[in-house]
Order: sequence, then C-alpha cells, then structure tokens
Amino acid sequence: MPEFKRPHSLCDVPLHYCPGCTHGIVHRLVAEVIDEMGIEGDTIGVCPVGCSVMAYDYFNCDMLEASHGRSPAVATGVKRANPDKFVFTYQGDGDLAAIGTAETVHAATRGENITVIFINNTTYGMTGGQMAPTTLPGQITQTTPYGRNTDVEGFPVKMCEMLSQLDGVALAERVTVIDPKSVMNAKKAIRKGFEFQKNKQGFSIIEVLSTCPTNWGKTPIEALQRVRDELIPYYPLGVFKEGAIR
Amino acid sequence: MQKMKVDFDRCKGCGLCTTACPKKIVVIQQDKLNKKGYYTAVCIDDEKCIGCAFCAMMCPDCAITIEGGEKK
Amino acid sequence: MSELTLMKGNEALAEAAIRAGCKCFFGYPITPQTEISAYLSKRMPKVGGVFLQAESEIAAINMVYGCAGSGIRCMTSSSSPGISLKTEGISYIAGADLPCVVINVQRGGPGLGGIQPSQSDYWQVTHALGHGDFHALVFAPSTVQEMADTVTMAFDLADKYRMPAVILADGLLGQMMEPVAFDENAEIKMSDASNKPWAATGHKNKREHNIINSLYLQATELEEKVRARFERYEQVKATETRSESYKCEDAEIVVAAYGSVARLAKSAVELARKEGIKAGVFRPITLWPFPEKEINEACSNAKKVLTVEMSMGQMVDDVKLALNCSKPVEFFGRTGGVIPSPAEILNKIKEMIGGDK
Repeated sequence: MPEFKRPHSLCDVPLHYCPGCTHGIVHRLVAEVIDEMGIEGDTIGVCPVGCSVMAYDYFNCDMLEASHGRSPAVATGVKRANPDKFVFTYQGDGDLAAIGTAETVHAATRGENITVIFINNTTYGMTGGQMAPTTLPGQITQTTPYGRNTDVEGFPVKMCEMLSQLDGVALAERVTVIDPKSVMNAKKAIRKGFEFQKNKQGFSIIEVLSTCPTNWGKTPIEALQRVRDELIPYYPLGVFKEGAIR
Repeated sequence: MQKMKVDFDRCKGCGLCTTACPKKIVVIQQDKLNKKGYYTAVCIDDEKCIGCAFCAMMCPDCAITIEGGEKK
Repeated sequence: MSELTLMKGNEALAEAAIRAGCKCFFGYPITPQTEISAYLSKRMPKVGGVFLQAESEIAAINMVYGCAGSGIRCMTSSSSPGISLKTEGISYIAGADLPCVVINVQRGGPGLGGIQPSQSDYWQVTHALGHGDFHALVFAPSTVQEMADTVTMAFDLADKYRMPAVILADGLLGQMMEPVAFDENAEIKMSDASNKPWAATGHKNKREHNIINSLYLQATELEEKVRARFERYEQVKATETRSESYKCEDAEIVVAAYGSVARLAKSAVELARKEGIKAGVFRPITLWPFPEKEINEACSNAKKVLTVEMSMGQMVDDVKLALNCSKPVEFFGRTGGVIPSPAEILNKIKEMIGGDK
C-alpha cells in the first residue's frame, strides 16, 4: 500500500477552517491532482471571498485573491495573458452563484480554458450562515429564520445543470466528499477538469457538495448525513456535461 | 503493517476519520486535549490497521499520514 | 522619423497603447469610448496581443486585475457610468499594488447622464476611485497627440510605482481628429513579466509562491501596507507632476483648465490679449498628483485665478487648496455635455478684471 501524506502543493500550515468543514478535503484533492500532474510550477490559482478567502496561504502555487464573485474574470485575465499555464478558481456558492453569476456564466460560455472548483454548502459560511443562492427550500439560516420560503426567496440555483446547457463547457460534474468513495470520485473529477484544461478543451466546473457544520448547527458527522439526506436528493451527483468543445 | 499517524496539534477532533475506518479502530480519544483544545483522533489498534488510508482521505486538516510497510 | 497620421483621439490612444507594449485589452462598449475597443479588436490579433470584450465593466476590470497580477501590461477603457462600475476593481488593484492603465473618456452625469463631453468625474477619479486609502495616477491629455503620448507615460509610471494609472479624457478628445505622430521605426514589443518578480506567473519550482492580494486581517499589518504605499505616493508627488504654463509669465489673470477645456481657455486668452488683458493658461497634465508648486509659480504675478471646467466646479477645489488662499479663485463652467465657448470664458475674464478695476 502506498504511503499517504500531505501533497507538496498544499502548504504545510494549519488550515483555519472549522472542525469537520470539508473545505480542507477539497483543498487536499486539488493539491494532489496538481502534484500528480507535476504542474505546481505552472499553476496559478484564484481564490474567492468567503471562508476560503485565505486559500492563497494554503496552495503552494502562485495565487491571486479576487474580489467577491470575480474569480472567473480574474482567471480569464491570467489565462489570456498566460495561455500555457494552468489556471483554476476555488469558489463558494455565494461567490460563484450569487454575486459572481455573470462572471461564471460568461467564462463558461466563452469556453474559457480554466478549471473551476465550486464548493456548494448551501450557506454563506464566513459571514455567519446567511441564505445562499443554493440554500434548500425550507432551510433555516440566519436570514431565513422561518426557513427558505420559495414564495419570498425563490428557488435554489442548480449551477451544474444550468452551465451544462452552454456550448463552452467541457465538463460540468457534481461530486461530494462525504465518504472515501466519494472523495476518490471527487478527485477523479478534478483531475478530469485539469486534463481538459491541459488539452485546451474548454471550461470545466466541478461542484462539490460540502458541509458547514458550524452554521448548519450540526456535528461534523451529522453534517455528512445531511448531505446524504437533503443535498444529494436536491442536487443529484453526476456528470452533466462532458466532452471537449474544441 | 501500515501505521496511521495523527498530527496531534493539527487534529481538530471532528471525527470524520472515525466514520471512514472499515476496521472501526479510529476513535476520538477523551484523555488529552491538544494545544487548540481538541480531543484528537487515534488508532486504537495498529495491528488491525490495513493502511487503506480512508481515514486520511476524510481528514479535512491533512492531519493523518499513513506510514509505509508491507501489506497485511 | 515620424509618420503623421490623421486619427481620432480614441484611436491614437489605442495605437499608442500597443506601442507601449500593452499585451491585453479588456473592454465593454460604451459611448463615447467605443472606438478604442473597435480599434484594438482589429489590431491586437495582428500584433500578438489579446483583445477581449468582457461581459461587463466589472468583469473587464477584474480581467485587468488578473492580467496585471501575472505581470503583463494591460488596459481597460470606459466612460463615466462604466468607470463607476470599475471602481471596486480599481480599489483591489491599488490594494494589491498592481500596475495597469484605465481610460475614462468622460461623458455627462450623474446616472446615465448624456453622451456629450464632460469633466464631471474629476472628483471621482482624483479623490474617490474606489473604497479605501489609495490614489491612482491621473493624466489629462489635451490633444490627440497627447492622448497617444500620455498612454506611454501612464504605463511606464504605473509599472514604476506599481499603481493604477487613469487617463482622464472626454468625449471631445476621444472623438476629434488631429494629426498624430508615431515613431515609424519603433518595434512593437508586447510586454512580459520578466522584470516583475512579484507577479503570479507560475513559480516553475524556482522560488516561493507569489501571492497577489489586498487582504490583511491584522490592523497593524494593513496600516503598515497603506503607509508604505503613501510613502511611495510622496515620491510620486515630488517627482511626477506634469503641467503646462501658457503665457503665464506676465499674466494678471490665470485661467486654470485641463483637457479639452484648456484648448478653449487658450483661445479665450488669445481673445483677451487682443483686448489688452494680460491673461494666461495653467494646464495640469497630471491631475493626481496635482501640480501644486507649478500652479503657484504660474500664478505668481496673477491678481486672480479663474478655473474653467465642463462641470459644476470640481478641479477648482484643488486649485484653491494649492493656492492656499494666496489668490482669489473664481469658477466658470458648463455641464451636462455643454462645451463652454471661448467667448463665454472671455466674458468671465472681463467680468473678473472689471470687478478689480
């Protein structure tokens, strides 16, 4: 059996995330893919505003910190200037699917040759658990204290389904990280995204159903169960689009 | 025999690793707090560890390493 | 040797940007600056550069953030309402110490305003180009030739001081055609990141990772960053002011005006001189840093100072601050897209002189 250790592309520093938050798992998977492809020195990451705002301190590759929602535009600027580098964004649901929807959709439809890692945990974690665009109907948050009422707050955004309609998208896949099998599967999807980018084959988004034990008011283990019981039925896992656009 | 090792001060005691262990030998110990104030994960039976690394895969803090050894 | 070409201000600026090594341009259509995008969409692919029409002004400025962050010379252009949208991004660019060039071909405001020339964004560009403690370099060309020349200067100084530079033009300058000279032997060379060791270019496993960032959660650390930036600003103020004094040596009345209005002011001064009034024009070319020392020199013999703008009076504040109550300062302006005529300016000059006698 192989040894298991921290990938080089993940800086050897403690992560600031709450106990049981799955951000750390996804960080490690991205770093493992970068290590395995041997591209750390040619990768430039863009991190968002939200809990993962300080991801620039966690990834060992060159990093840029973008303003809220603008990561795909920032990544576009990096990629157009450096078409031979690997460029990825790491964004949460508020960042990607609310304030940054326009940037996300247009980077996708341009077939921008970048890889987007999208963390969907149905809440704004950093600011203390407000309603996100992905908050489920009925879900109680700080700003939906009576539960998300779809008559008032409308419905959650299903990004992978939406983006899979666009011609510029090479990969739209939803995964999760709630057990070893799904973790391995998530890593495969992230690898696929970077491979599409390597071959200049278009925009890839990997949506990861994640947990926020703190703001969900659950233990980390209960939070994994909520993903199984509530998130996956609403946000089905799977590949929504796969295939080179060019 | 593989050996699961937990970085005592990096562990936040979230317990995700405990859900992943097929041998049910990873637990959160209740004896000693680390410097952050968490009870941490430990392997209670190294002999039974098969080195599958499932615990490490689930660790959000990259606090678990699996040391090499021949497969049991 | 130089070739002389008849060009629109917007086009001259665009061509000069390419010659300054601007490799990437990210734009969004808005009148009256659209010729910049149109011109660059034709030229960029031919010279190995990048032209990209963004989905919004916000996206365009953030593309600039990314591109500048990877050490490449880049530019975006817009007009007043679009600049408002870009201010968030400009603040981040300033906070991350990135060099870039932003063009504002001003039109009337507030709101959607109008599409006629205006200078009503002076306050915004020089004092409030986004949240936080920062400045951008601001250049105000007044001819088509200067539209071209200031772009080169803007890129050079932005790189030198690692800060955003703005060219504050207006619809009049953008749309007018004049002969402009470019060095025909100059080689067009797109910029690279070779002299920017801080840039996020991929570390090639040869150095620590670079981080482009404006977030500092420790108050003292942020203060230190901002203070260091302001020390750089002091250096900019001391060495990079640009201005022009026109017939100010003996002038009893000095007209302070920038950009296209300075041309009208010169015409008014000529008319005044024909009537025996000793008038001159002081024209700031850098609006930030404002040429404080130079305006005091230009006004040393003046009894009064008149500021003329296509606004309700914005630069006049900086004129008053610079002169520090040493001279009476009056204002004349037209706004909403109305261009003041030399005759109107002359009338104001005569009114001021008359009041003095």
